[in-house]
Formats: sequence, C-alpha cells, structure tokens
Amino acid sequence: MESSIFKFIWRYSRKEQLILLFVTLLSFPLLYFSLDLPKTIINEAIGGKDFPKVYFGIELGQIEFLLTLCGMFLLLVLVNGGFKLWINIYRGSMGERMLRRLRYILFGRILRFPMSQFAKISQGEIISMISAEVEPLGGYIGEAISLPIFQGGTLLTILAFIMIQDPFLGIAAIALYPVQMYLIPKLQKKVNLLGKQRVQTARRLSERISESVSGIQDVHTNDTSAFELANISDWLGQIFDIRYEIYRRKFFIKFLNNFIAQLTPFFFYSLGGVLVIKGNLSFGSLVAVIAAYKDLADPWKELLKNYQTAMDAKIKYEQLVEQFHPEGMLDEDLQRDPPAELPVLEGEFEASNVVVEDDTGFKLLDGLSARLPLRGTTAVLGAVDSGRDELIRLLVRLIFPQSGKIRLGGMDAGSLHEAVIGRNMSYVDHSAYVFGGSIRDNLYYGMKHRPVAEREYEDEEAARRRHFIAEARGSGNSSHDIHAEWVDFSRFDQGAGGIKQQTLQALEITGLDEDIHEFGLKAHLDPVANPEMTGRIMEARKLLKTRLLEPEMAALVEPFDKERFNDNMTVGENILMGRLVSDAFDFDQLSTDPYMLSILERSSMNNWFLETGLKVAETMVELFKDLPPGHEFFARFSFIDAAELPEYQLIIRKAAAGLETLDAEEQARLRGLPFLLSPARHRLDFVDDEIRQKILICRRNFAGHLPENLENAIEFYDENTYSATASVRDNILFGKIAHGRAKARRKVGRLIRDIVEKLELTGTIMDLGMDMAVGVAGGRLSAAQRQKLCLARALIKNAPILVLNNPLSAHAPVSQEKIMRAIIAHNEDRGLIWVLNRDEDAGFFENMIVMKHGRVTRAGKVAEITSQNAKGTKK
Amino acid sequence: MNLEKTARRLKSIPLFANMEPSKLKLLAFASDQLTFEDGEEVCHMGDPADSAYFIEDGAVDVIIEQDGKSIRVNELGANTVFGAMGLFLNSGRSATITAKGRLTVMKIDGDIFLKMVTENPGAALGIMQSLSEKIATTSAQIARGAFSGKS
Repeated sequence: MESSIFKFIWRYSRKEQLILLFVTLLSFPLLYFSLDLPKTIINEAIGGKDFPKVYFGIELGQIEFLLTLCGMFLLLVLVNGGFKLWINIYRGSMGERMLRRLRYILFGRILRFPMSQFAKISQGEIISMISAEVEPLGGYIGEAISLPIFQGGTLLTILAFIMIQDPFLGIAAIALYPVQMYLIPKLQKKVNLLGKQRVQTARRLSERISESVSGIQDVHTNDTSAFELANISDWLGQIFDIRYEIYRRKFFIKFLNNFIAQLTPFFFYSLGGVLVIKGNLSFGSLVAVIAAYKDLADPWKELLKNYQTAMDAKIKYEQLVEQFHPEGMLDEDLQRDPPAELPVLEGEFEASNVVVEDDTGFKLLDGLSARLPLRGTTAVLGAVDSGRDELIRLLVRLIFPQSGKIRLGGMDAGSLHEAVIGRNMSYVDHSAYVFGGSIRDNLYYGMKHRPVAEREYEDEEAARRRHFIAEARGSGNSSHDIHAEWVDFSRFDQGAGGIKQQTLQALEITGLDEDIHEFGLKAHLDPVANPEMTGRIMEARKLLKTRLLEPEMAALVEPFDKERFNDNMTVGENILMGRLVSDAFDFDQLSTDPYMLSILERSSMNNWFLETGLKVAETMVELFKDLPPGHEFFARFSFIDAAELPEYQLIIRKAAAGLETLDAEEQARLRGLPFLLSPARHRLDFVDDEIRQKILICRRNFAGHLPENLENAIEFYDENTYSATASVRDNILFGKIAHGRAKARRKVGRLIRDIVEKLELTGTIMDLGMDMAVGVAGGRLSAAQRQKLCLARALIKNAPILVLNNPLSAHAPVSQEKIMRAIIAHNEDRGLIWVLNRDEDAGFFENMIVMKHGRVTRAGKVAEITSQNAKGTKK
Repeated sequence: MNLEKTARRLKSIPLFANMEPSKLKLLAFASDQLTFEDGEEVCHMGDPADSAYFIEDGAVDVIIEQDGKSIRVNELGANTVFGAMGLFLNSGRSATITAKGRLTVMKIDGDIFLKMVTENPGAALGIMQSLSEKIATTSAQIARGAFSGKS
C-alpha cells in the first residue's frame, strides 16, 4: 500500500488526472474571453461611437453589435458551464472509482491479516475505517490535482486580466496573499493534529458501541446500562471537545481569510477611484476589475479550502495505512491466482523446533517438534492451555510460527498457496461461523473458491454486467460475478445426483437432517409459484386424514370442519374458522370489533358471552387472587393480567346488582373472556352442546355476512385449498392436535414424517428447510444447530483432510459421541484429526498425540500407547 | 371432570389434604388432563422425570426393568399420585408405568408441582407425610423380601 495519499493518487489515477488537467487547461482561454467580453460590451457597444462598424467582415449597427456581443456572452456562459459540468462529473467518477479501489484494497488486506491482529483491532473499528473514514478521501482524490489547477488557473487567468487592465491594481489585489500563505498553514497544523485525534477517538467510539451490542445480554443481566451509557457519554464528550476545538480554530482561520479578502476591495475603491477621477483608468476598466476581483475571491477561497482538505486527507490516509500494515500479513501471492494444478497433501505434518508466542511474548509452543499423519484417524489430547489449539491452527495454517519449520506433505507450509490448504483441508472448531443467508448457502460455503461457470445474461442485464466488469477492472476490483455458479459440483461423483446424496449423508451424520426436516415443515410455500409441490402436500393432507382413522391414531387430531365445533380450538377461533391474514382484525380485540358484535347480536349470543364472561372472571379471580402480581402462572395460565385482576374484581362486585348496571367498557371486558375458552384445554364446563351449536350459528353468520372491507382479512379453512399463509405442516395437518391425548404431538409428528416419506416428499421438505434464512451469524439457529451446520459444511466439502477442534462443544456427551462415531465410520481413506475434550474418546482413533506445556509428551498408535499404559499400571 | 370435582378429589388424598381448595383448583387448572389407551406407556424407567401424575380414572401397572426383564411390582388405582419422587430427586423415572385399561390422568408439570409445594406450607406437610408412608411401606417390603429370601 502506498505510504502517502499523493503516491496512491499518482499510481492509480495518473491517466485520469492528466486528462482532467488537459481539459481544465483547455477551458482557460474561454474563461479569459468571457471575462474580457463585458468590457467590450460596455466600452465599445454601449459606450461606443462611429456606427455602423464592420465586424468580422459584417457591417453592424450599434444595437445589432450589442446584441451580437451579448449573444456571444451567453454562448460563452454555456460553454464555460459545460466545461465545469464535464469536469465535475469526471472528477466525481474518478474519485468514486478510487474510493472503491481503496476500500477494496483495505478489505483485501483484512483477509490477509494475521489472526492475532483481530485480537487487537475490533470489528467496530474496522467497519468504521472502511466505511466512514475513507468516504471523504474519495471526494478529495477527485479534486486532488484538478481542483488546485483549475482554481489556481482561474485565479491566474483573472489575475492576468486584471494585470493587463492595470498592473498596479493587480498587485493590490494579491498584496495580502503572502500574509495568508504564511499564516494559514501555521494555524492549520494544529487543526490537523486535532483531526488525527478525532479520527482515533471516533474509532474508539465505534469499538465501544460494537462491544455494547455484542455484550448486550450481559449488559441486561448485570444491570450495567448506566455504566455503558456513562462510558459512551465519556467518549462522546471527548469527541465533542475535539470537534469544538477544531471548529474554533477552523472558524478563526475563516474569519482571518474573510477579513483579509475584504481588505482588497478597500484598495480598489480608494486607489482605483482616485485613478478614474484623475483619468488614468477608464470607468469601464474599474467596473470590470471590481467584477473580476469578485471572481478572484472564489478560486482563492477554494484553493485555501483545498489545502485544508488535502491536509485532512493526508492524515486520514496515513492513519489508515498504519492500521492496515500489521506485522506478519499473508503474502498476497498466496491468496491470488491459484496454480492450475493443486498438489494433494499426503504424508505428514511435521513441525520442527517451532515456537509460537502470544502478543505478550509468552511461549504457547516452545520448541515443539511433532509429526502427525495426514491420513487415518488421529486424536489430539491435552488441556486447554497445553498448546493443542496452536498445534491445530499451525496445521491448518491459521497461524505461522515465530521460529522453526512447518512442513505439510513434505512442502514448506509457509509457501503453500491458500488454495492448497483450502481444498485439501476442512477445518471446524467450536467457534466456526455461520454466515447470513440460507442453510443451503452455508452448507456449500466451503466449495465457493472461484466461480465455476459464468452466468448467461441477456439484453439489459448483459449490458449491466459488462458495465460492472468495466468499472470493477477500472478500480482494480474483482470482476467475478457473485451471481454466477460458485459451487464446484464437478467435485461430486455423479453431478447433481451426487451432491444431493452427499449432502443428505452429511446431514444424517451430523444429525442436522431432523432439524432441517423440521424447518421445512415450518416453511411457507406459495401455491401459485409452486403448484406441483403444494398439490402433493394436499395429497399428504388426504393421506393423513385416512391414517388418522386407524384405531391407534384416532382422536390425535381434531380436523377443521365447517360443520362441527372444534373442542381443541378456542371459542374465538371456532367462530372465525380461519386464519387472520391482515391487521383489519385483531384477535385480542374481537369483543370490541363492531362486526363481531353485530354477529353475536344476530346469533342471539350477546348475553351468553356476557354471563359466561362473568363466570370466567369469577373463576380467574378465585384461582389467581392470592398469587403475587409477578407470578409466572399469570402469564402461563390466566385469562386476566395480574394488573387487571383488581379491575375485574370491581366489575364482579358491580355485576352482583345485575349485568345491565355495567357500562359498555366493563361489558366489553367480560365479553372478551369467553373467546379464549378452549373446552379441551380448560376444565371449565361453560361450553355445553347447546352452546356449541349456537357458536356454529355464529360461525355461519360471521362467514355469511362478511363486509367487503374485511373480505381479505381472513382466510377461511378450506379442506380443498392449500393455504399460503400456513406452514407446510399446518397444511398437512389441517386441524388441531388433540389436547388431552397422551403424546399426541410426538405421534402426529412421526405420522407426518411417515406420510412425507411415503409420498416421496422428503426431498422437497428438506429443500424447503435448506432454504431457511439463518439470520445474522446464524442467530435463528441454536448453538448446537450452528455447530452441526458447520460440521456438515466441512463434510460436504469432502476435502482429503478433516481437522476438527472440539467442534461439538454445545452438544451433550451422548450426542457428541454419536456424531463422532458416525464421522469415523464414514471417514474411509481420508485424514481425520480431532482435538478431543474427553481422553476416553481416544479409543475410537488409530493414532494419538498428547500435548502438555507447549510440547508433545506422547505420540503414536493408540493401541500401543494404551497397552504400554496398561503394562505401566501393572508394574 | 370439571375443576370443582377434580379439586375435591385431590383434597381427598393425604398428599394434598392440607392444601387450600382454591390452590388445588389452580393446580387442576394449570395441569393437563390426558387419556391413555390400555397398555400405553405413561413414562419409561430411566427417562428424565419432568412431571407428576394424578390418576383420575382407571389404573396403572408399575413395572421395574431388570436384566432385560420387565417385572410388574405394583398396581396403582384412582386417586393416586405417582412420579413425584423423581421430581424431588431430579433423577430419572424409577419405574415404567403403563395404563391398565383406559386411563385418565392429570399431568402436573414438574416446575408447577415444585412451585406449588414450595409456595404452600400445607402441601409440604402433605408431601412429607406421603413420603414417610412410602418409606415405611418400602421398609416393610424389604423386610418381607429378606425373610422370604431366607426361606
């Protein structure tokens, strides 16, 4: 990376800067002419005599001459404006290209940072540097050369014009420039230092904010929000002070500039006035000179501003370079353009006399010499601080030793291209990362080395792609198409079939298949876009209905039936008999909804809701009145919030004098409670058969008289229609799982799985599950699921060597062992190196290596070591 | 069975005899009523104990699994509570329980059961009495077993 911003600009935008310069210079004669023209108009056209005059061979009267000159003036204004427009756009695009290049270079360097750097520099700082800090640099780069030349040139042109009119006035106009040129840099120096401080403090602030966000859980549970706020306040205070100081100084510089600039007109009016009066200067010249001076002020101001910006940019750039030049960065050639033939790593990993230190100089590996076979299964044992993690990280070349030699398959590890490591090894540790996107994106992430096939584009898209390539190359960016096919399917045995098989196998080994099946069942499908798939899910619905008729399955599910009351649904759900799909209806506010009220009235159920509401309220008060307000039973079981309980007690007391004594709001409150009753769940005998029938009447009335504005608010359950708003599982189920049947949920789950398999829908469901978005850093998955996903990703990559560093830490020992056995069983002739947390698991492996205090204490065949140990104990 | 009736039934057994009726109603309200068909397993020996059961209707077989064999050791009828001990010990189920004929139970979630007991002194007393009885019965059984072993 270039050490100064000017070198950076010169190296990457030399050609563009020169073009800009050329066009800028081209514009000056016209500028000069446009300054001179007003003088001609005033002196020769307005104040001139002896007309008609011959001009360029044409005879013109005074008015015609004036209008011709004015027309030329207008034309010059247009041409000058056109030049400015072109220059500005060219400058802007060049600046943006350079900004793009700079950001790309910085990001590229992050990808080559030594791992230890990430302990020193926070994510917040990096983000702030690449996004916010470089932003103003782009603007500056665009104008770095052309602006001073343009403004300087303009200044000189105007100055030349003034000088030609009157050298004395010319000198007067610039008499104070030397003063400014001496003072400003002196004052600016301090501002620059403050600018440097501001950049550093802003970085700290980003770091603090990102820390608070990452540790939000601990902020809540430790009640440290006040501490965090005070901390941020402290940083904001520091930034305020720095910025305030910058403002003070900047505005003082501005004040000084303005004052000096206003001194010059003083000379014009006084000296120029005297000259005109004495007849040594024409009046027109003085006016033109004063007009020209006005024009002079602008470029001069711009030049001074440009100087300040340049200084600011210089500091920002230097500070970026400082941060992006850590010691021990990966050589760029080891990441760029991989060799066409990648060697297969076989044989051994050899470390001789290796020293790895942490940043305090403590030796994590101290003269380690070790050999580790790259085929077969090897267990790595040792305590957390034994150096086992460093050994493994050396193996997958995440770290480099401070001294000593590392050889992989007989080759010097340090000189291997990253592609050799990346394609020969899969590595997973307990902190392996899940990227945003879908599960599928994550499963195939390990195979996205380079695009394998270009994507075909047509018409407008093709043009857009060509534009992208041209621009990317123009700013030294990657022109790879992110939308192309990146997954190298040819690495699988039988093309598409192979990948499917291999993926399913990896999911099965890690046990992620069940999770994905579950995600698939929870997914939503659009029947318009997927008519075939939803058609088959409807078949599953029919099959489930038949299977539920079998004696052992009977009554596990109570299907949605328009003609029957559903005991496993609430009264409210029974009336709706459909899914609310818009905000027009709020299920919690059914009792106050005017349409619902009209339905209760029409079905003569108003009184029942009121009376039953009172009974429910009485029961709730009886059951919950003795519990303290925050008791968890309220949230879990009560129809009434703890806070509302006293209000209901009042209503009950008031109702003793008759329900009609209650006001509308109190009645609405009572009326709302029976909507929540579910006969199968609540042991309250408030819903008998007669009421069931009456609620069916409510249901019919509700559906039958739905006003136009609510027609799209509810999707009625229909046995023959796939519902886009329900999950795949709910579409298959088409009913409610019975509340009182033992283990109904599990049995129905198994039944659905059977049916899905029988109808050969498993693949479809798995596909849907794999499309599930995992959220930021896999936040929608549990820690155990994330680990299984990372492990499955490593298995799918199918590299010759699989290196696992305690990859299942979030799993129970039983599940860890199950997955470990499955991976070993499917290992075939690959290399499997596993850092174990439990020594007893070593028995599953062929070889083992034991670490202690940064050295290997034992290594060899597991069988031999255990038999030696056994002998040792016998002695 | 409705809340009122269930609460009365609960009150009739020693375990809950000292609890207020409104608390027993709450317990019934917060619990699930489940039905099992004949022979269906309610819980399995060794499984984590996450709930206690009150037999409302029907009976269950208590089965111990030993050396691959299932030995029926007891039968429990209506108005009995089982599965509570595992909750206190936070251990696995000490026996397998299967429905004998059609069975209706009240399934009390472990956390609800423990909350009820810790928040109601009356319940704690009931538990102590019922566990003491259980120890006495078990001791008697062991004693009988010892004698029969000698003969």
